Amino acid sequence: MIKSLADLEKAASEGARSIHPPYLKVMVGAATCGIASGANEVIAAAEESIKLIGNGAVVTRTGCIGMCYEEPLLDILKPGWPRLTYSHVKPEQVAGILEAVKDGKVIKDGLLGKIGEIEDVTRNTRNTRNTHYRYPLESVPPEIAAVENLFGLDFTAKQQHIAMRNCGIIDPESIEEYVARSGYRGLYEVLTGMEPDEVIDMVDKAGLRGRGGGGFGTGRKWRYCKQTEGYRYVICNADEGDPGAYMDRSLLESDPHSVIEGMLIGAYALESRQGYVYVRAEYPLAMQRLQKAIDDAYAHGLLGEGIFGTEFSFNLRIVKGGGAFVCGESTALMASIEGKPGEPRAKYVHTVEKGLWNQPTVLNNVETWNNVPVIAMRGPEWFASIGTEGSKGTKIFSLVGNVNNSGLVEVPMGITLRDITYKIGGGIPGDKRFKAIQTGGPSGGCIPESLLDLKVDFDKLLEAGSMMGSGGMIVMDEDTCMVDVAKFFIEFLKDESCGKCVPCREGLSQMHEILRRITEGQGQESDLDLLEELGKVMQDSSLCALGSSAPNPVLSTLRFFRNEYLAHIREKRCPAGVCTALIKFEITDKCTGCTLCAKNCPVDAIAGEVKKLHVIDQDKCIKCGVCYDVCKFDAVRKQ
Amino acid sequence: MVFLTSPANRVEFASMGQPKGLVSENAYTILNEVEEKRASLIAALQKIQARYRYLPETAMRQVAARMGVPVAQVYHVATFYSAFSFKPKGRHIVNVCLGTACYVKGAGLILDRFKRELKVDEGDTTEDGQFTLQAVRCIGCCSIAPAVMVDTETHGYVRQDKVADIIKRHKESKEK
Repeated sequence: MIKSLADLEKAASEGARSIHPPYLKVMVGAATCGIASGANEVIAAAEESIKLIGNGAVVTRTGCIGMCYEEPLLDILKPGWPRLTYSHVKPEQVAGILEAVKDGKVIKDGLLGKIGEIEDVTRNTRNTRNTHYRYPLESVPPEIAAVENLFGLDFTAKQQHIAMRNCGIIDPESIEEYVARSGYRGLYEVLTGMEPDEVIDMVDKAGLRGRGGGGFGTGRKWRYCKQTEGYRYVICNADEGDPGAYMDRSLLESDPHSVIEGMLIGAYALESRQGYVYVRAEYPLAMQRLQKAIDDAYAHGLLGEGIFGTEFSFNLRIVKGGGAFVCGESTALMASIEGKPGEPRAKYVHTVEKGLWNQPTVLNNVETWNNVPVIAMRGPEWFASIGTEGSKGTKIFSLVGNVNNSGLVEVPMGITLRDITYKIGGGIPGDKRFKAIQTGGPSGGCIPESLLDLKVDFDKLLEAGSMMGSGGMIVMDEDTCMVDVAKFFIEFLKDESCGKCVPCREGLSQMHEILRRITEGQGQESDLDLLEELGKVMQDSSLCALGSSAPNPVLSTLRFFRNEYLAHIREKRCPAGVCTALIKFEITDKCTGCTLCAKNCPVDAIAGEVKKLHVIDQDKCIKCGVCYDVCKFDAVRKQ
Repeated sequence: MVFLTSPANRVEFASMGQPKGLVSENAYTILNEVEEKRASLIAALQKIQARYRYLPETAMRQVAARMGVPVAQVYHVATFYSAFSFKPKGRHIVNVCLGTACYVKGAGLILDRFKRELKVDEGDTTEDGQFTLQAVRCIGCCSIAPAVMVDTETHGYVRQDKVADIIKRHKESKEK
């Protein structure tokens, strides 16, 4: 049980001992992305090898440090050494790495970087100046002197981890390790030293804005809710539906207690006794780790009655989603918690006044709640010193698509898109040309090369016709067709529209039909005006944000990539070579007759004898492009 | 029957005044418990779906009767959420991610390949009841796109020529 500061400090010292143990520790990044890359096999191999080392050596799991493109990641924490990180680890390599470590040597193959010190960003500088944990470097093997600092790589150097402070550092299933990183200390300070309204002032002053999409001021939202009498609820929106964004999954899988602590602080400020976390069904591991964290928090007295010996009580429960994108919308989400279909309602009365069961309700997303404990510890002035005029703090982006270093990137607001794409992301693979960066999920827009120097924050993205959304950034290269991308988003939204209001339901169907025609070479120039007109009506008259922001992908591509639409309409040509109705594959005389394409063709459309020119039967061809991908002689032409 | 809204009662109700302090906390807490029970409709259906791999009509009628809600409401909820189905799903669920990152990396072609290999259309189940093929919108594994989730196992960097192997592997694995 953790009922006092002394209990908290005792748990912290236990946790510190397991984060930086006096024996060898092997740590493997095992969030969903790590596991999909083979982390479980690496763990099994490490557990096998570690037996031979003995002396209390252990293998543990940690979350995702954000370097998804390097996974699986394996870390060696040996007393007296800096922490060493290996990337793309294969199970068969593990025994060799560990044997060398046992003998005080280091295998350099696959060694990505070293860590000499780790910051504890949550630690309150008013009490101590010691915010960094420094590894006692006593017996550093000479071969790693030249190894790069992990936090000095191109991918990491410009990042600042606040929300991701514990990701890849602690075992997400250990409450002690979370406490050792100053976890639940912010809650303690708030409960014992602040009035509820002071907490609201603090969050307001910090300038924290909602990380889930709209970017509404968190402190303001809390204040409005507090003004309404009733049984207040706090909810965490973990229905991360925006395709291309996965920071909330990663936070729940890597640091679930930070969300619980944030919600506790919010609940105290709002004098709420009941909270819910609405998690989408597609995230089984996140749900499992969060449930473990909630159970542990109850077992330690950090949830339930009389927290930290005060009169404050709070209960928290997970609600599992049913697979509906619209449930990320606040009123739809609340309807879903109530056991109803997740249909949004018009917000003449806001959810802060009448939300869940018509009671005043505060809904914030995972990343927003996760930021709250840091603000409680470091103070609002510190938080407000990071970021831009209107957007304070940092934001996690999921940098994915056609980019070399794809992963989670946490940077101060105001960094340019160019820095994110080229410095952190390492540019586009295969020397292809950059075409666009898509932000804000299906409701966002596509930003062209000419705006790469845009400083990213809530307001600048809106000016560019896109939005922050939950922070997905999908890089698109020259092989991406922007008309097809617009069609893709509209099709997505058409499927996910709940169907309650006409502009959204019918508008999306019609837009999809028009886009389908254009991508099949049957479009007319007047279609473009029609798309714009439809978009305007939907923006003005849809019931919720899903509908009013739905035309964004079409309008932003029309604004920046009109030529591509015109190529489809006037020349019946898809410049990127994506729209299957407008392209065909042909084999040129570069063909050596190696038969590889014919072997791989799924529909047997390629005929030809060995060492003779092959031919594609255009009637049979389904344009899957496998021949184009497998040909080693560049003999397949796409046009 | 007494109607709280009838004028006579309204006066009486108003004269009780606004409940304050701890009293209101308790009343609200009790109400919260009652509301939570009513909200368990989705959770009940989720459990039935997990057990039978679909929602049998009899089960939905039983849920309606026991929870005291109209069958129409159960049906409304069951048709709204994509997690529920009225046809039995296969022993293994293949979820091909069609999120944006996967899409720009060719997930549409991966889905086509699964359709051909399994000889089913999107949303359908193979004749032997082994696999149900579904397209999902982002499983949050964008960094290893294109991604495919079979049951709870995620496969990253899927290529068209790896599709047959993935199917084979799960066919041989035991039911999850």
